Amino acid sequence: MSLSTVLTWIVVLAVFLITIKPIGQYMAKVFTYQPTFLDRPFGWLENGIFRVIGVSRESDMTAKQYGIAFVGTNLVWVLLAYFLLRIQNILPFNPQHMSGLNPLLAFNTAASFTTNTNWQAYSGENTMSYFSQFGVLSYLQFVTPAAGGAVGIAVVRALSGRKLGNFFVDLTLVCTRLLLPLAIVVTLILVGQGVPETLGAYFQAHTLGGQTQLIPRGPIASWEAIEHLGQNGGGFTNANSANPLENPSAFSNIIETISMGLLPIGFFYFFGVMTGRRKLAWTLTAVAGSLFMIMLALAYFPEVAGNPIVNSLGLATHGNMVGKELRFGMGGTSIFETATMAFTTGSVASAHDSFLPLSSLSFFIGMFLNMVFGGKGVGFLNMIMFVIITIFLMGLMVGRTPEFLGKKIETKEVTLASIAFLIHPLLILVGTAIAIHSPAGLKGVYNGGPQGLGEILYGFTSAAANNGSAFGGLGAALPFYEIALGIVVIIGRYASVMAMLLLGQSLLKKKTVPETSGTMHTDTPLFAGILFGAIIILNALTFFPIMALGPLAEQYLMLAHHLF
Amino acid sequence: MSREMVTHALFESVLKLDPRVMIKNPVMFVVEIGFLITLILTVDPNAFGGHYPAGQRAYNLIVTIILLITVIFGNFAEAIAEGRGKAQAESLRRTKSDLMAFKWVNGDEYENVPASTLRKGDRIRVRAGEMIPADGEVLEGLGSVDESAITGESAPVIRGSGGDFNSVTGGTKLLSDTLMIRVTVDPGESFLDQMIGLVEGASRQKTPNELALSVLLAGLTLIFIIVVVTIEPMARYAGRSVDVATLIALLVCLIPTTIGALLSAIGIAGMDRVIRFNVIAKSGKAVEAAGDVNTLILDKTGTITIGNRLASAFVPVSGGTEAELMEIAVLSSLFDETPEGRSVVTLAHERNLTMDRERYADAENVEFSADTRMSGITLSDGTRIRKGAVDAMKKYVLEQGGVIPEDLDARTEEIAKEGGTPLAVLRGNVIYGLIYLKDIVKPGMRERFMELRRMGIKTVMCTGDNPLTAATIAKEAGVDEFIAEAKPEDKMRLIRREQEQGKLVAMSGDGTNDAPALAQADVGLAMNTGTSAAKEAGNMVDLDSDPTKLIEVVSIGKQLLITRGAITTFSIANDVAKYFAIIPAMFVYVVPSLQALNIMHLTTPHSAILSALIFNALIIPFLIPLAMRGVKYKPMNATQMLMRNLFVYGLGGVIVPFLGIKVIDLIITALGGANI
Amino acid sequence: MINLWRSLRFTVVFAVLLGLVYPLFVMGIGNVLFPFQAQGSMVKVNGTVVGSELIAQATTAPGLFHPRPSAVHYAGNNSGGSNLGPTNPALITEVKGNLQQVLSQNPGVTAAQVPPDMVESSASGLDPNISIADAELQIPRIAKATGLSNGQLQNMITENETGRLFGIWGVSMVNVMQLNEMILQFQGKQVVNVG
Repeated sequence: MSLSTVLTWIVVLAVFLITIKPIGQYMAKVFTYQPTFLDRPFGWLENGIFRVIGVSRESDMTAKQYGIAFVGTNLVWVLLAYFLLRIQNILPFNPQHMSGLNPLLAFNTAASFTTNTNWQAYSGENTMSYFSQFGVLSYLQFVTPAAGGAVGIAVVRALSGRKLGNFFVDLTLVCTRLLLPLAIVVTLILVGQGVPETLGAYFQAHTLGGQTQLIPRGPIASWEAIEHLGQNGGGFTNANSANPLENPSAFSNIIETISMGLLPIGFFYFFGVMTGRRKLAWTLTAVAGSLFMIMLALAYFPEVAGNPIVNSLGLATHGNMVGKELRFGMGGTSIFETATMAFTTGSVASAHDSFLPLSSLSFFIGMFLNMVFGGKGVGFLNMIMFVIITIFLMGLMVGRTPEFLGKKIETKEVTLASIAFLIHPLLILVGTAIAIHSPAGLKGVYNGGPQGLGEILYGFTSAAANNGSAFGGLGAALPFYEIALGIVVIIGRYASVMAMLLLGQSLLKKKTVPETSGTMHTDTPLFAGILFGAIIILNALTFFPIMALGPLAEQYLMLAHHLF
Repeated sequence: MSREMVTHALFESVLKLDPRVMIKNPVMFVVEIGFLITLILTVDPNAFGGHYPAGQRAYNLIVTIILLITVIFGNFAEAIAEGRGKAQAESLRRTKSDLMAFKWVNGDEYENVPASTLRKGDRIRVRAGEMIPADGEVLEGLGSVDESAITGESAPVIRGSGGDFNSVTGGTKLLSDTLMIRVTVDPGESFLDQMIGLVEGASRQKTPNELALSVLLAGLTLIFIIVVVTIEPMARYAGRSVDVATLIALLVCLIPTTIGALLSAIGIAGMDRVIRFNVIAKSGKAVEAAGDVNTLILDKTGTITIGNRLASAFVPVSGGTEAELMEIAVLSSLFDETPEGRSVVTLAHERNLTMDRERYADAENVEFSADTRMSGITLSDGTRIRKGAVDAMKKYVLEQGGVIPEDLDARTEEIAKEGGTPLAVLRGNVIYGLIYLKDIVKPGMRERFMELRRMGIKTVMCTGDNPLTAATIAKEAGVDEFIAEAKPEDKMRLIRREQEQGKLVAMSGDGTNDAPALAQADVGLAMNTGTSAAKEAGNMVDLDSDPTKLIEVVSIGKQLLITRGAITTFSIANDVAKYFAIIPAMFVYVVPSLQALNIMHLTTPHSAILSALIFNALIIPFLIPLAMRGVKYKPMNATQMLMRNLFVYGLGGVIVPFLGIKVIDLIITALGGANI
Repeated sequence: MINLWRSLRFTVVFAVLLGLVYPLFVMGIGNVLFPFQAQGSMVKVNGTVVGSELIAQATTAPGLFHPRPSAVHYAGNNSGGSNLGPTNPALITEVKGNLQQVLSQNPGVTAAQVPPDMVESSASGLDPNISIADAELQIPRIAKATGLSNGQLQNMITENETGRLFGIWGVSMVNVMQLNEMILQFQGKQVVNVG
């Protein structure tokens, strides 16, 4: 490992470790309506907003109301986005005279951005007007993670024995107290690093080679900031954060990486503060953290070793630089990609399709698990889902009806957790099977062999996990994928979230059983080990066959210098 | 287990193949469907397309057979568990059949009717030597009853009108006297009926935890169906499709068949274990709840202490000697047959004082009465020798013109402070001293309470004693809390308080005034000797009427849950090895280099798949004894318990199949079956 | 239903706040603080905008430093990588082709000297940087074409070596546009940053 890799990793991980506590505590204050230092700049604004929307700060909703408000609001957004994208040609801020989107692409894009997936079946720099970029898409990158976060917050409130709260209040507060302040700071850092922030038109340059080059610009920095802070991942340009305009330096790369992780990781501690179980929060953080480290190692070492087939050409050094940017190096690339897969951001600082099989395993793991911190709130809910399943399976072995946070896990909770657990592989495997079985789906495959299977699988996994990154070779703009993935992102987003919301409410209604020495403790290293093992085994059992046919098969074939 | 039972269970397991029965167990139902599909493929290997070589039929046939065996093993586990209950029910039922009853019509008229026609409220007459035809309450009379048919206890018990011993059970035999009984149940609802229903498992419903586990198992099964179904198109994309029999083999290996097959057997066996303890649980839910109990409420007398106080010292007053006191004390107890009286004689005997009853044959025995609160003898010369409650004796002495020794109160106080009960002893009008009666904590109780504490269960002792006495016993027995001078309402209040904190409460009781508390408690263990109201209110009845059984019931409840969890964990952990066996075999033609995953070095793809499948089937009968007996349970705290079980069933569950599959593969290879 | 109206009102309020106020606010500050960067790091040579320091462009002239290969032909508005998987024969063909080109453009260089980044296309197709090893292999060619000495070019590389962020970490590399700007300045051309 090079020194630069070590230092890059240490800086990012240290920032995560240092910020988890203050962010968690700050969030707990905000979402229990205690005063914070941001009351002065934002308090009056929020009061105005609440008055306009017609809610009061401490009003409550039931799980059903909360869920309906969540889905209903999302519905408003998706319809509005669809409509505006269709007619962007007649809207202002369109210096490049982009035409309106076709219905399928508009549907796919609206669905994908509303569900915080930010899968892009288009390349931004030659499809979207500035209005669409910041008025529609950048806007959605604010509010959709806020909506997901709000649901997570509501469930944490329920787990901590509080009432769920009000969706609109939470939505507003996530925007004003978390995303907006951070976005302003991150934007300015990124502009300093060279990310454009302008309404100026694309620039026609006359290059040194005597050709012309159209250089895209736009309000990229403000986009980039929220893209990462909200674990959105939709790129302003096609190459996403690999594009030097979006991510110009090793430092901007670190800033973007950190931006992705701050809130999802802090959310774990937020749970700890809210429930008064900080030790449990650390336990869960340790489990997710270890998975993160495994992903990081997987994303790094195979790449450094390089592609044996290319290595046989006898170049100066090994190391797979296909689809990687020099300025990030292996270290910066690996931690950015690990972060984007762990936090389900989906932005990329390299081309995933060109990664080696074992490193792509890292990406798949991140999306399969969908709880290595995950998107803030939503990722935590997935973690809770695994905690509940684990407690139920293993907890019986202490001779008591399994309990979590002093609440008995019974049929209803198990049913809801099972549904939430089931949906993910269902969408991924059935989606992939259908695509690979149909000519329309196969048409989108770019690379041959197991990598081709990987492209389709990656697409559906990314959609189901609301990640949004892709094996870029996949023909995402084909009608088949525009429709199929549009549907998958929607089910992937709402079904499990609703199940967890109901689960939270169901636990809230239960009596708390006091902890005794007969209770299985969830805040111990032992439990961390059990949870870790259960997560690995449950997911390995689900995805091992397809991994065997995809990355694992490709790994062995690559070692045998087999080409497709 | 008799051979007959096994044969019968095997027969039953074939009957249970009926899909209408199987569908109640989704996991095993999937196996049965798989069996039907491979059966079709055995008849025509190309039924679902493809052109398979001739050898495929033999392979399909073997898969089909193993699947059938798997299902039958699962059914067998359930059948054998049910069979044990049925055997018990059979003997119960025999006692019940053909009973006749004398139903009161009016006046002295009785009508001889079949017992099955008796209804709630009917009055019946039972004479010595007759079977009591129905559950009821004794209205008139007093008689001894042989309840061995139900309790297995041969010593007859006394049943009589009024009080807490007025309930009789149908199917028991009246040995003496004549009883008038009011029937308290309608046909089919009697205690015996309930018992038969319960042990047979006929009225068995899934318990809450079992239901939740079933849901999760169904969820896992669904996931694995998705996994396996989607393999086919993916393998085809990779170049070569996988045959259906192999896919089904993989599916059956992956879905949690082990726990799926044993789940209901575990439940039935758990109930059965309770019954073997001579406790009838009215529902499996109650047994499960017992495992969750946080607070145990126990009566002091008869539960924590042996029922009676025993003399442990003689305390003379006003300078008298112990020998003198002892002599008078023994005299007072000479004809006293109560345990307290006997203990006085025994204690004196230990101190080398024995008195001959014959010498005092002409003395008049004075029995204890609630009025006088004393007992003793009056000698032929008219000398009154008495022992009794101190305040009663003081009053008596004053009436007789005697003097109260000045240190009597101090001594009395001392004894009370130590938790003992003082009895004053007098001759004529002189108090010679005190007998120190002591509550004796049953041997081993202290250790039991310590175990309970380790398990996280709080014990609360209820006693009518004064706080001082109660505190001493509580300390000696090692209970966590006590309620002194407890009234039935106090018990109720305690249960409510604990329940409000989310705790589950267990208690035992026998009296009618215990009934509300028994009903309120999450686990209410009624004594069989108790009133029918108490038995009605509790959700368990202890036929031996031993209140300490509550502790065993808790253990059984925990064991039930642990067994379920352990086999579930084992079942899922097994899948790891099965994957390593099947995946390389399955994709051998698609991606030959995946043979690198064949870490067990299984001989051929077919031998690998069949080995995994055979292991999957064999593990079921292998674990039946464990399911029936339950996982070994020792009281310890949750962390230790989890570590231990996780080590045995989690880690074991990962390792055992690697070994098992390898061994089976070696055998198949040795038998020349690897190249089917 | 009332919540639907709330959703609509929320959407409108926040559309203004986040879709309009926020970008314009940061845009204002950003342009005041970092006018060059905020406008895309554009470079003017002799009054003509020749490109951005952040965007690689096709330079085939032997007298200029060449960037890494691009899968999108350096199309500024169509960024992307080759997306070729590790077992795709096209990948091997492409790398072999790029290697052939490097070897033919830089006589005397052998395959064993060529770093992978020099012959493998980047993720954006617009990677503006090259590794030091890459740059140094190009020195003899550029010296021959421009008349600059090897030493002068080596100095340029050393001077422009970036990526050692804060002097501690980051990958060591050089920006192709900055190197070429220096070559142009040597040739007497006027180079200005737009801002």
